[in-house]
Amino acid sequence: MSDALLFKDIDEPELNTLAVYEARGGYSALRKALELTPAQVLEQLEASGLRGRGGAGFQMGKKVSFLPQGSMEKYLVCNADESEPGTFKDRELMQKNPHLLIEGIVIAAHAACAERSFVYIRGEYVHQADILDGAIAEAREAGYLGERILGSDTTLSLVLHRGAGAYICGEETGLLDSLEGKRGNPRLKPPFPANQGLYQGPTLINNVETLSTVPAILQMGGEQYAKLGVQSSTGTKLVSISGHVQRPGNYEIELGVPSREIIYGLAGGPPEGSEIKCWFPGGSSSPVLTPDDLDVPYDFDSLAKAGSMLGSGAIIVVDEHTPIVELALKVAKFYRHESCGKCTPCREGTNWTVKMLERIDNGEATPMDLDIMASVQDHIIGNCLCVLGDAMAMPIGSMIAKFRDEFEAHIEAARARGELALAGANGGGPHPGVSYESAQALGEELR
Amino acid sequence: MTPPTPRLGGAERASGWDRPADPTKDPALIPDPATTDVPAELREQIEAAMARYPERHSAAIPALHAAQEMHGWCSPEAIEQVACVMRVTPAYLDSVASFYDMLETSPVGRHSVYVCTNISCSLRGADALLTAVSEAAGEDPEFNVRAFECLGACDIAPMASVDGVYVGPLELADVPRLLEDTRAGRPVLPEKQLATRLVADPKANSQEFPAHAVEEGGR
Repeated sequence: MSDALLFKDIDEPELNTLAVYEARGGYSALRKALELTPAQVLEQLEASGLRGRGGAGFQMGKKVSFLPQGSMEKYLVCNADESEPGTFKDRELMQKNPHLLIEGIVIAAHAACAERSFVYIRGEYVHQADILDGAIAEAREAGYLGERILGSDTTLSLVLHRGAGAYICGEETGLLDSLEGKRGNPRLKPPFPANQGLYQGPTLINNVETLSTVPAILQMGGEQYAKLGVQSSTGTKLVSISGHVQRPGNYEIELGVPSREIIYGLAGGPPEGSEIKCWFPGGSSSPVLTPDDLDVPYDFDSLAKAGSMLGSGAIIVVDEHTPIVELALKVAKFYRHESCGKCTPCREGTNWTVKMLERIDNGEATPMDLDIMASVQDHIIGNCLCVLGDAMAMPIGSMIAKFRDEFEAHIEAARARGELALAGANGGGPHPGVSYESAQALGEELR
Repeated sequence: MTPPTPRLGGAERASGWDRPADPTKDPALIPDPATTDVPAELREQIEAAMARYPERHSAAIPALHAAQEMHGWCSPEAIEQVACVMRVTPAYLDSVASFYDMLETSPVGRHSVYVCTNISCSLRGADALLTAVSEAAGEDPEFNVRAFECLGACDIAPMASVDGVYVGPLELADVPRLLEDTRAGRPVLPEKQLATRLVADPKANSQEFPAHAVEEGGR
């Protein structure tokens, strides 16, 4: 894309330093914003129609407006925990252009009247955190952070907080608990973070990409920004594409382009000689889509209408050679490991799903198990404090619904393998005296 | 040395829930600064971390990280020292340390090699890579080789994080050099480090499938 907003100059050497960033026009949006009142900045954000880029797609302007007025201490937290499988866009932004994020944070904090801000970065991003730390120090030195920024009345401190490896800390309330130094267990909502968030104070939480978009909105004006993309999904979006494609990577697109254009056009499609079996449009938590859905426009509402979601904007392409049971097992095992264990439907549901998928793979399942597995997913959705359980239930549920034939064939094939093993153990015919354990062991050997 | 936490199949993050409490013992209190020996360097790091936040508890993760760096893992001794400086109970810090994957609650090798085995990486042969790395590292106590969940670098799949440095896409043939570089303290596989990769250059993105993944997938 020629008129990239987030990826403008992204490969410029040393863009992560203040000198190069300023030479490229950096921090001019901040100067502009500081001349406006918080209400005027908020107006621009609302006019832009910018929707959160972290997963939920909630309008950023609205989120800011939910913060109560008053003189209490307010906080801004940037969610840089990026742990949704398939997502790696924030990593790129922080590594290559950290000052863009800092500028966005200061502008958003000005709009929200917050005086303390935090960036919660996942612990695995060591290199990115070091770069961001350096950039924060530079910005503080130059007066873009601290007391009375650039001579205005706005004051903001910014602390970089490194996590320690937990998917659940990307959930906003789990993140807040983790930032408060506890286990990252999600909280009951309401109260929402806008009212009672970090240290019980009103808190604005936004994703790295959302905040990094803010300077561009101030620069070009909210209404102008809203002209990009489609009506209810404005602007540009970073798409992380990975899996069975020829050119995996991050691409900046205008929302609303056909998905096919991203997967085949930008990323080159699956390697020659293979076809797409299914694809996740928004990280591993989104229900899978099939090749029939390739013409769906890539925006929030169109993907929702197609039965999935845009999520974090991470497309994972899976080709026809991958068994669906194997894929489902990978997904389920991940969520089982990451479940914090607080809510029963999620803690038990993820565990049961893994066990049932393993039964299918071992030849111990019957077609009835598929219905049980599908009903387990239904019982998770909407019944927990956060959506981690749903994040497993939705893709697994969609896989069962869309690839039922393959699941059934897998069950049959695995059972046949097991029976063959039994027959072999008894010289040609099943024997009632054969123990379960020995049949298991033989089945294992045959596989 | 405490035995490794018993883990059941599910609720892996709620580890320790089945560890019985000893009702005959009093719970451990906040350690007495007069009798707890804390290395000056560690104390300094923890106090600096606490000063950054409005609430001292927020420093739990950075403080445990610092202690782990010094002791190799979150040993009872390490936790005792952090608890003493932070003025919290060891049990509180234990609850934090047992929640996060990067905080080790049992002794591990000095060099961490996290192999990403999530969807995107496994589609490109991460499982075979993990096996190869585990086998090559063998029983070497220097290494802490483990499968890790999505490290956020699916563009260089299959990949690994070696002491925090992202490298990929990895072929099985890279494994011996990966371990050698790490052992020798050299930069690990410099030409495959993520840090040097361009973003907007389509050529940087095009990549062949690792040979072992092609074989596996029958492509």
